[in-house]
Amino acid sequence: MFPSLLRIWALVKKELLAALKDPRSRVTLFVPPIVQSLVFGYAATYDLTDVPYVVVDRDRTDASRQLLARFDGSGIFRRVASADRVEDATDRIDGRDALLVLQIDRDFERRLTAGLGAPVQAITDGRNSNTAGTALDYVSTIVSDFNQAWRAEHGTPRPAIEVLARYWYNPNLETRWNMIPGLIGTLTMLQTLLLAALSVAREREQGTFDQLLVTPFRPPEIMAGKALAAVLVGQAQAISIIFVAQLWFRIPFAGSYGALFVGMTAFVFAAVGSGLFVSSLSSTTQQALLYSFCVLLPAVLLSGLTTPIAAMPKPLQYGTYLNPLRYAVEIAQRLYLEQVGLDRVWPDLWPMLVIAAVTLTAASFMFRRIT
Amino acid sequence: MSEPEPAPDHGSLRARARRVRALVRKEAHQIARDPSSLAIGIVLPLVLILLFGYGLSLDIQDARVAVVLDEPSPDAADLAAGFELSSWFDARLTTSMAEAKELILDHQVDAIVRIPQDFARRLSRGRAPVQLLVHGTDANKARIIHSYALGTVGRFLERRAGERKVQRAGAYVESRKWFNDANDSQYFLIPGLIVLVMTLVGALLTALVVAREWERGTIESLFVTPVQPGDILLGKTIPYFALGLVGLLLSILSARFLFHVPLRGSVALLVLVSMLYLLVALALGLLISSATRNQFLASQATLTSTFMPATLLSGFMFDIRSMPGPVQVITWIVPARYFVSLLQSLFLAGDLGSVLVPNAAVLAGMAALLLLLTRGVTRKKLA
Repeated sequence: MFPSLLRIWALVKKELLAALKDPRSRVTLFVPPIVQSLVFGYAATYDLTDVPYVVVDRDRTDASRQLLARFDGSGIFRRVASADRVEDATDRIDGRDALLVLQIDRDFERRLTAGLGAPVQAITDGRNSNTAGTALDYVSTIVSDFNQAWRAEHGTPRPAIEVLARYWYNPNLETRWNMIPGLIGTLTMLQTLLLAALSVAREREQGTFDQLLVTPFRPPEIMAGKALAAVLVGQAQAISIIFVAQLWFRIPFAGSYGALFVGMTAFVFAAVGSGLFVSSLSSTTQQALLYSFCVLLPAVLLSGLTTPIAAMPKPLQYGTYLNPLRYAVEIAQRLYLEQVGLDRVWPDLWPMLVIAAVTLTAASFMFRRIT
Repeated sequence: MSEPEPAPDHGSLRARARRVRALVRKEAHQIARDPSSLAIGIVLPLVLILLFGYGLSLDIQDARVAVVLDEPSPDAADLAAGFELSSWFDARLTTSMAEAKELILDHQVDAIVRIPQDFARRLSRGRAPVQLLVHGTDANKARIIHSYALGTVGRFLERRAGERKVQRAGAYVESRKWFNDANDSQYFLIPGLIVLVMTLVGALLTALVVAREWERGTIESLFVTPVQPGDILLGKTIPYFALGLVGLLLSILSARFLFHVPLRGSVALLVLVSMLYLLVALALGLLISSATRNQFLASQATLTSTFMPATLLSGFMFDIRSMPGPVQVITWIVPARYFVSLLQSLFLAGDLGSVLVPNAAVLAGMAALLLLLTRGVTRKKLA
């Protein structure tokens, strides 16, 4: 047992040297996670901060001006033009100068005072229907605030039911709060899986893998050495992203760091296992890169980070149970925002351990077979 | 230096065409021998478009809610039934708030609708509150659930008002989504997916081709022949361009005929700008490959510079205008951003000159710049 551990340790050192001795590799492995988490942390948000809009105010009364003042004062809506006709305004949408056209009809104030419904037309750029939906949501909020103020002033009747909404764990609904914890696993997985996938394929292509096989190392030891080296790199990447999340974005952290470390380590093992499995199937670098992409793309896009898993078709939802990133995204989001411990996230933890065990075992079998 | 003595006819156009043709043939043989290139060019695009075309959607169906009934009145039960029967929700009834909280903690439901005590009495007086507690982790989903809940309550009020139409008081929003009245998120996700797929396929195809020759030393054998660096570049671009084109056409065809994304612009323009973008993606791969001369670095660099930027910084999912200034500046150098704009307009809006001309011009400039840079780093010189 002990000599075996020594041999594995020697291999880990060799692997780390191979991956890190070239300064260009060091930069390639450790700078992107930090830069990407900074850039994507800002970029990946469904919240809108700038909605350029065009006004078609055909009422031109106190009421319509009050409503528009609320839009202009929101800090989100930015008036880029006023038009007399809707047709002129929608040209602005075509050219992407504006995201929204607001039209207020001629008898807006009259209908309001009469206690009738007064429509405000909102036309959005549906080329990205999600952005459009969010913008319309903001419009509804402003209009309902306006209604409240108007009712308070003029004493018109209120709607019979009022929905009082509260958002748990993320009261202001900031996308960033769940996006950045989700990025920890995502960014780590991309590079770590590829690192593991290239490790064997590259040696095969260069012929050094055969040399390794004639040494006293047994195939499982070779695999353990490669796996542990990649896991260490992955952990370092994950930790650097957590630092960015904490020190730069200052995302509130409700759970425990110990649990996060355990969760991310289990995840890195699963990612490295998948990478080594890919590696054991490929005989050239080109193949390893291709197969890695075939694993990474579905893993990232179907992880629930950018689009909800609940919106996927049922068979695919079951498919996501095989995706280690799905669990890593959820574990990180839960540990960040909900005040939970390892016991609550256990349902997300054990599948990653199973994936790690299965892929690592399979990889070590494949090593023996193919070479 | 290692420049060979030029034979008299090597500079002529015909000689050059012959050299490039030979290189293309050599590259084609290599492609045929290693099926992984064919897989990247043809199988990968198709699989990705199918998988994500069916898989990705922002349209939430059956949001899971727990409806807590604090009072057993007919009105309250009626509203609860509204949630149960709604196609937006997958509702489960409960009478205890503690149980509902446990459900939300366990991620069994995404929201709690609480119909409080006194609901019926206050409803008859025209002032009834309903509490909505949403799991806010996924902000986007939470917002959608909120608007679904408002819709369900609105329908309940209309139903309750019976035949006489409810009088809407106050200002209300009549909304339209221009270019996408069906409000189908696939309409914008599919063009975005084509961008993503072409970015990856283009860059992956060429990412390793030069680096591999450096690593294996075969590039030295090319140096002793009369081929010029520009010839090598052309010889590497042409076959992969042809291969990428197949994948591109498959993606466009599946968008149109499998996913029924409307195509309001002209087909010729769509194909033209897509070819332009394919060239940009291939050139990016070639530049990475020629600059790193190392397959490991080229792989990592390709992965980092294509996948996530094309997903997150292109406007495919997230609105660029809402990103902070410095991040917006970064998106200017992401080629995918221009292609997303082009595709979304060509598919959903039509041939809009104000969108087409500037975006296509930037892409053309990028292609030229990337190819020039690649030409610059490919020297017939050993390191």
